[in-house]
Amino acid sequence: MAEKFNYAELGLKVGLEIHRQLDTKKLFSPVPSEFSEEVDFTFERRLRPTISEMGEIDPAALEEFKKGRKYVYQGNYRLTDLVYMDEEPPRGPDGEALKVALQIGYLLNAAPVDEVHFMRKIVIDGSNVSGFQRTAIVAMDGRVDTPWGSVGIPTVCLEEDACRIVERKEKEVIYRLDRLGIPLVEISTTPDIHHPEQAKVVAKYIGDALRATRKVKRGLGTIRQDLNVSIRGGARVEIKGVQELDMIPLIIEREVERQLNLLKIRDELRSRGIKPEDIKEEFHDVTDVFENTGSKIVAKAIKNGGKVLAVKLPGFRGLIGREIQPGRRLGTEMADRAKKYVRGIFHIDELPNYGITELEVNAVIKKLGLGEKDAFVLVAADEETARKALVEVVKRAKEAIEGVPEETRRALPDGNTQYMRPLPGKARMYPETDIPPILITPEMKERIKANLPELPQERVERFVREYKIDRSLAETLVNDERDELFEELVKRGLKPSLVASILVVVLKGLKKEAPIENLTEEHIRGAFELYLEGRIAKEAFEEIFKELAEHPEKTAQQVAEEKGLTLLSEEEVERIIDEVIQGNIDVIKAKGMGAMGMIMGRAMAKLRGRADGKLVNQLVRKKIQEVS
Amino acid sequence: MRKVERFMKERNLEIGDYVRIIRKEDGRESVYEGIVMNPYELSSGETLTIKLDNGYNVGILVDAISDVEIIEKARPRGEVSFTEVFLKKPELPNVAILGTGGTIASRIDYKTGAVHAAFTAEELAKAVPEIFEIANITPKLLFNIMSEDMKPEYWRRIAHEVAKLLNDGEDGVVVTHGTDTLAYTASALSFMLRDLGKPVILVGSQRSSDRPSSDAAMNLICSVRMATADFGEVAIVMHGETGDTYCLTHRGTKARKMHTSRRDAFRSINDVPIARIWPKGEIEFLRDDYRRRTGSEVHVDDRMEERVALVKVFPGIQPEVIDFFVDRGYKGLVLEGTGLGHTPNELIPAIDRATEEGVAVCMTSQCLYGRVNLNVYSTGRKLLKAGVIPCEDMLPETAYVKLAWVLGHTDDPKEVREMMLTNYAGEITPYTRFDTYLR
Repeated sequence: MAEKFNYAELGLKVGLEIHRQLDTKKLFSPVPSEFSEEVDFTFERRLRPTISEMGEIDPAALEEFKKGRKYVYQGNYRLTDLVYMDEEPPRGPDGEALKVALQIGYLLNAAPVDEVHFMRKIVIDGSNVSGFQRTAIVAMDGRVDTPWGSVGIPTVCLEEDACRIVERKEKEVIYRLDRLGIPLVEISTTPDIHHPEQAKVVAKYIGDALRATRKVKRGLGTIRQDLNVSIRGGARVEIKGVQELDMIPLIIEREVERQLNLLKIRDELRSRGIKPEDIKEEFHDVTDVFENTGSKIVAKAIKNGGKVLAVKLPGFRGLIGREIQPGRRLGTEMADRAKKYVRGIFHIDELPNYGITELEVNAVIKKLGLGEKDAFVLVAADEETARKALVEVVKRAKEAIEGVPEETRRALPDGNTQYMRPLPGKARMYPETDIPPILITPEMKERIKANLPELPQERVERFVREYKIDRSLAETLVNDERDELFEELVKRGLKPSLVASILVVVLKGLKKEAPIENLTEEHIRGAFELYLEGRIAKEAFEEIFKELAEHPEKTAQQVAEEKGLTLLSEEEVERIIDEVIQGNIDVIKAKGMGAMGMIMGRAMAKLRGRADGKLVNQLVRKKIQEVS
Repeated sequence: MRKVERFMKERNLEIGDYVRIIRKEDGRESVYEGIVMNPYELSSGETLTIKLDNGYNVGILVDAISDVEIIEKARPRGEVSFTEVFLKKPELPNVAILGTGGTIASRIDYKTGAVHAAFTAEELAKAVPEIFEIANITPKLLFNIMSEDMKPEYWRRIAHEVAKLLNDGEDGVVVTHGTDTLAYTASALSFMLRDLGKPVILVGSQRSSDRPSSDAAMNLICSVRMATADFGEVAIVMHGETGDTYCLTHRGTKARKMHTSRRDAFRSINDVPIARIWPKGEIEFLRDDYRRRTGSEVHVDDRMEERVALVKVFPGIQPEVIDFFVDRGYKGLVLEGTGLGHTPNELIPAIDRATEEGVAVCMTSQCLYGRVNLNVYSTGRKLLKAGVIPCEDMLPETAYVKLAWVLGHTDDPKEVREMMLTNYAGEITPYTRFDTYLR
């Protein structure tokens, strides 16, 4: 396939940062790492900016604090404790979490540090009750080899996850405590990824290593992949919240496209002779133009006592409306910045539209004295809000003259990205003095090295060898993360080929018919248990899974009973066969065993899915022999 | 000298040097670049701690280091200097903050991770500027000790300094103190500061002030507010609950640290807290029977007998425990008895002998909550007969401090008994209120 861009020529640089939750106790207290919607208690705290090394408090942070922002924490007695209310010094760290982190280090060809030092990384948005996140480097200097070249893994860190956000209000943020303290492994790579597909390969390799430990949490929100993307002449953009591996190449491609288009806009602005200082925070009241407007949004704002403010963007005509990612324009980026204050903005390149007429547009052009290359942006809201929104627009416009702004962006489901916040500053870190440094002894290293878990590819080979199943089945089991369940079921005495075909073939067949992502391991396990107990036939799996996918609140047993899928007892089967025999007694008398096929067919018509075919066959044979 | 210190000396490494370290093991070579940090004090000293450029610290085994290159020597760190001059605002009251230890304000060196206590007015103003809007603040560091090392000698020094500050025109004094023995000091000041007519507020913190979630700033703000109130007693001001919502003012003789780590560790025992203080400014008095501010001059009565002990009674306690103190010349014993104020009957002859020899023996309860009563059971009656002084609803720690103070004034058993049962500083409540239990 022809590539959209020549990435080598563009100087593409990508680095990954992957966070994954571990399935152990919390990192600094033996609290279960589970989630619950049950709230037993709440308390409120404030976080005060601490004095920096220069003896200063960041004045902006202090102002924010004085405004009285408070954090409300919701707790569950079982799933949090005083450590995670910052009411008790930390314990631990959890030995298993540390072991798993070291394993991951080895699997990524990194070397453990000799001594692990936990640090306090200052975070004052309330997401950590203490005001800092505890984090430590456990291994360094790893490497992932790809067909495009080797990518470095400078650090493998073990850290605490933060609280879940429940609600953000103007002066108050509500957090749930259950997620706080769940161990996270953080793996970052060097920015040595130079191709979108390479990023996916690296992410897959890291994901495989994490999963190989069998100690990582699974499901939504347990893995967080961030991308750092830049091209030559562009800027480092951090993209957060990439959920799916397969989306990584597209997101990178779209970011490259975005940066290239922003650079083109920059060049155009420069050739028009526009300088940042030409854009002024001068906002014109154009409310009178819209007194009888047909635009519902504008009319409503005016009716509520608001104003329509306009700002002149010299030299921007035609550029605000220029597409920079499919369906997104420079105007969209301006609107994203203003989103803090208003739902939307209007710019000249998209007007007349949205009920705003050409007449009104011309009136604004006249009022602002715009030349033919000049643009305007309008905001309708109460005056102060409108001003704040336009300040953001002006800021973004000035950045457009410089090129690509460094920022943190959020991944959208279609592969595009959206502004989230400025890039975070350098972390303020100092030692966590409540936790003594942990010496990683040679014995510990040897023990971990000797017991390294198998990587997914090794597991596929073993499944083929050990369970004699098809390679393609083994690969799907491992890739779909059904491998652990598969082994568990086989250990309980089920035939590997049967389990594999149900876990792979049956589930795959259902993909189009039912939302099978709703199926939990518990569902699947339940169905297999019924089968093990001889209460369902293997033909019943499909229907049970389908129903469970549509009604995940049910159990396998409920579905089997509701749908009449439970097997009949041997006596009942015998009774039904007797009925068939009696109804066809003449034929049997005439043909003897020659009637076997017909009788089997009639019996199965009544018994399919409710009795084991083998048993029916046996009984039919026996009965025919008896009567003929 | 530990291995790491020897290594640093041999290689001429100083804390703060920026170095490149080569580490070799099993043919694998790793390079670390960063700042040499203070070796962790309690470790075996086998590793060199380096702060990497990304801010993280790691320890590197000294034995595995094959080469060290000093890229940049540590520069002497310029002390942060403050030049602000604080002009007294005539409309504000004057409050002195007396430091005795514990870091109510501190700043971190993010390079080395070291925490420096801040105790100049300038540093305090940077850390907790709010208090300068409440009062003209005069900070003074009296001494800096861990609260577990506190002793009667220090109580005296605090009492004299507080009295001097108040008599020189301060409208209130806030004493910052480690929390472990803060309640003992509060009791001692309650007895030593006679004719007190201004607030003397003791305050501490349960979460160090180098962390954003520290309780120190809010406790200090509330303390300064209380120190400006129409109030004339020794009191403790600390968090009222786990949230940062309000502080409570506890009477100095009736409070106890009831939790090892929670920020609301201090509770009034057998008593209702005096006031609730909201950091925004409101002081809500929860009772009426507190001493108001007066113009009287405070004087210090610091005579104390230090040969006094606090002894907890337990099943199986032997009489020799009592004998030990008597033989060593102790003048007073406070027993923390079981239940209503009991000891095993086996102990009674030893107690009899103690009082016989002029040792004052006082009884409190290890229940903490409630009042002792030695008339209910025969053991109690026998203890009374042996000369034990039942200390009503006094806390054991308060009774201990009070007995030391009383014995500083008299060794006449009758007078000791009389003084122990006289309410000097709210240490005895006349009757037991229902709403004073576990709250």
